Amino acid sequence: MNVTTILLIFLLGAVLTYVSGNKLASKIALGFSIMAALASFYLLQLYLANQNISFNGVWLQSPKVFLSLQADGISLAMVLLTTCLMPVIVLSSFGNIYNNAKSFYSLVLFMAFAMTGTFLATDGLVYYVFWELALIPIYFIALIWGNGSIESRKKAILKFFIYTLAGSLFMLIAFAYLYTKTGSFLWNDLVKLNLTSTEQTWIFLAFFLAYAIKIPIIPFHTWQAKVYQKAPTVGTMLLSGIMLKMGLYSVIRWQLPLAPLAAKTYMPYVLALSIAGVIYGSIVALKQKDLKKLLAYSSLAHVGLIAAGCYTLTQDGLSGAIAQMIAHGFVIVGLFFAAEVIYRRYDSYKIKDLGGIRSQTPKFSSLFLLLVLASVALPGTYNFVGEFTVLFSLYQINIWYAVFGGTTIILGAYYMLKMFQNVMLGETNTKAFADVNWTETFVFVVIIAFLLLYGLYPKPITDLVTPSVKEILTIINR
Amino acid sequence: MDTLIAIAGLGIVVLLAEVINLRKFIVPITVAGLLAILAYSWNNFNGTESFYNNMIIVNKFSLAFSSLFIVLSIFLIAMGGDFYKEHPTKFSDYISIKLFMLSGAVAMVSFGNMAMFFLGIEVLSISLYILAGSDRLNVLSNESGMKYFLLGSFASGIILFGICLVYGATGYFDVPSIYGLSQGAGLPVWFPIGVTMIIIGMLFKIAAFPFHFWAPDVYEGAPSLVTATMSTLAKVVAVATLYKLASNLMVELDYKTQILIVVISILTMTVGNFMALKQHNVKRMLAFSGISHAGFMLMALLSIKTVAANLFYYTAAYALAGIAAFAVIIYVSRSGRDENISSFNGLGKKNPLMAAVLTASLLSMAGIPVFAGFFAKFMLFSQTIAAGYLVVVIFGVVNSIVSIGYYFKLILAMYTKEDNTTENNKVSLIYSIVAVLAIVLNIIIGVHPNLLTSLL
Repeated sequence: MNVTTILLIFLLGAVLTYVSGNKLASKIALGFSIMAALASFYLLQLYLANQNISFNGVWLQSPKVFLSLQADGISLAMVLLTTCLMPVIVLSSFGNIYNNAKSFYSLVLFMAFAMTGTFLATDGLVYYVFWELALIPIYFIALIWGNGSIESRKKAILKFFIYTLAGSLFMLIAFAYLYTKTGSFLWNDLVKLNLTSTEQTWIFLAFFLAYAIKIPIIPFHTWQAKVYQKAPTVGTMLLSGIMLKMGLYSVIRWQLPLAPLAAKTYMPYVLALSIAGVIYGSIVALKQKDLKKLLAYSSLAHVGLIAAGCYTLTQDGLSGAIAQMIAHGFVIVGLFFAAEVIYRRYDSYKIKDLGGIRSQTPKFSSLFLLLVLASVALPGTYNFVGEFTVLFSLYQINIWYAVFGGTTIILGAYYMLKMFQNVMLGETNTKAFADVNWTETFVFVVIIAFLLLYGLYPKPITDLVTPSVKEILTIINR
Repeated sequence: MDTLIAIAGLGIVVLLAEVINLRKFIVPITVAGLLAILAYSWNNFNGTESFYNNMIIVNKFSLAFSSLFIVLSIFLIAMGGDFYKEHPTKFSDYISIKLFMLSGAVAMVSFGNMAMFFLGIEVLSISLYILAGSDRLNVLSNESGMKYFLLGSFASGIILFGICLVYGATGYFDVPSIYGLSQGAGLPVWFPIGVTMIIIGMLFKIAAFPFHFWAPDVYEGAPSLVTATMSTLAKVVAVATLYKLASNLMVELDYKTQILIVVISILTMTVGNFMALKQHNVKRMLAFSGISHAGFMLMALLSIKTVAANLFYYTAAYALAGIAAFAVIIYVSRSGRDENISSFNGLGKKNPLMAAVLTASLLSMAGIPVFAGFFAKFMLFSQTIAAGYLVVVIFGVVNSIVSIGYYFKLILAMYTKEDNTTENNKVSLIYSIVAVLAIVLNIIIGVHPNLLTSLL
């Protein structure tokens, strides 16, 4: 058994979901995502037992392209993030009724397929193909099943598509250029290249454009808030929970090892941009009147910090960033789900329409509060582990980075708690708020349990990731 | 050689079929005949051969491109069966003209003599002039035919003049001999002038900037199936011929010529794209998109020695996507609508299959992975980078991004706009079959590019 199993499960799932018809689609999709999750845990066991779970095949003779899918600690962590979140995301949509559900769930699974492929591919071109492939399903998910009037969302979503495609095409040029140098797209060959610093600068910038748009780092973030707001919640979860991790993962996997000199030269600028994103995102989040948009900006602030962690090029920075990617993936999915739960009952994301919910449903209220606290990195949650490690790594580079990056904790607590206060507390709302049903509770409990479990005992993930991080760091410092 | 004769023969058979009242069987016979010819030419291919004192040279290049042309013709003729059913008396004429055009196309990629090249281009062009004006009661079609004829024959004249100058300089019509002479120094100045004129004529045929002005009007006015022919088959033929001429007339493109190609290529793709952004008529939009694709294909001339396989792949990817797109467009126009973007409103709901095919073909043209258009662009880009022209590639990438703007306009219309009209004529199934087959072929070569690139 090797990593292709997960990909095949998702792909087969996408096809069967489409065939199964609208009524069964959601259940089939859930079944296949659970199967993928189980398969990935089994593969994890094999990997930990030092068995070979990679896959190598030839795709094209000329240009030489290998269907090379390899798992190391980092990519496996990301694959697990995807496969664990997928059942949660699919389950979270059970309360919604979608037109043409078979296409919807089929696209969702297809997207999971493409994202898993992105995390596993070690051949540049295969990686690029998966990377682009993930864009098509989310485009249609957001366009066809999104919120609000279609006129208002199509512009936002087209902008997102053009932005991301534009960025990644420059990455494609970079790959093409590297190919003319080595005659191979394989990661192993590419990292051995001795590029001059000018070449590295251009490669670094080309990759940076692609990733900065996807992550997003300011000033490339302008697509984000609108798309998060307009996409259906499942789409927003896929985007914020997994897809933007593709960008962060790619920084660690491709950008830094391929252009280490440039990464070191431009570190101050990139760190400054990332941290500016933290502060900017937090401040803009304070002013938001729309719950989903607020969460979008909070996400901007958090990923800014994760990106900063990646670009510190230190052991702590990278492993902290990976921890925070996983933690943020779970918490943001949970938060968007909370927004969706409210939307199902009040049909609004506007904060001024909400308030006074707590007294009607203490259960939901406490679950939501736990998520809010996790999101502001309360000690004991996995987010704390990630955020603290990243801030520590920033401190190692320069204390001022840590000081400004640390504002995320203060500002984050401020806007998240203020949001919680406005949305949940206050005088009892005149509209009735039905208590959360068991699927909704289950989704929350899974997410919170995960965050608390690894918050108290992060060792398994750290052990999984650390050797691979060390390996990448030796390549960067070669 | 046999291929050429067989295709012309098939054309005559089609004309005769009309006489002996076999009109119903014309399309099946033609399709079967073309498939047989395709199989025959692959089975009987054994290395490079020349016929009639080098008039025709059959080699891998000509074989591969001829096969592509035959496949495209099969699609086009299959759609012709339904498309021309309102004109039963002219039916056989239309189909046989298409076959004669195909014979011209095959001659254009397998010539070994400038005379044969000119014959080929004239057979192809005259067939197209007739077809463009074939909807004779429609003013637009008349305009289209007339414009195409006037400008096209002018371009043919320039090509002929160029051929004469080359003959004057070298004393040969024979291409290998000209190639041999062009290696040595001391050719008179009218040799390069002649070559330039030939190339200008060909740039007109592929609608490259600044010789592109005919394309939108001609495409818009011509009957949709003819537009499909012009924008897929005719364009691909012209590009292949241009490549063959450039690689056979000159040993090496000198620096100035290369810079010129860089400029023309960049301008062609940029002008085509930006004009396409403004269009409301789908045929005009695809005309401009075709212009910009011509710009991409011109990039191939920058690495002329090694690029044949990639160019072949690009043309195949582009033409298959084009056939699929036009099959859907004809489908929509046959159900009683015009060819404006608004006619595609709500197609995603009304006919999800056709909407999906059109989406896929547009994504292929835009160069999104798994569709053949992605590898086509990618291979051309990496080839051009290897030749040292990063600038063109960067322009190419920027243009790919711009092109998303208009390709997605159509996709958005299909999936986001509501359709208020209720008319729904029954449309023949053949368009769906052609559309699906073409897009499936496109995806197959997209997933497995070596199927095509290993042919050359």
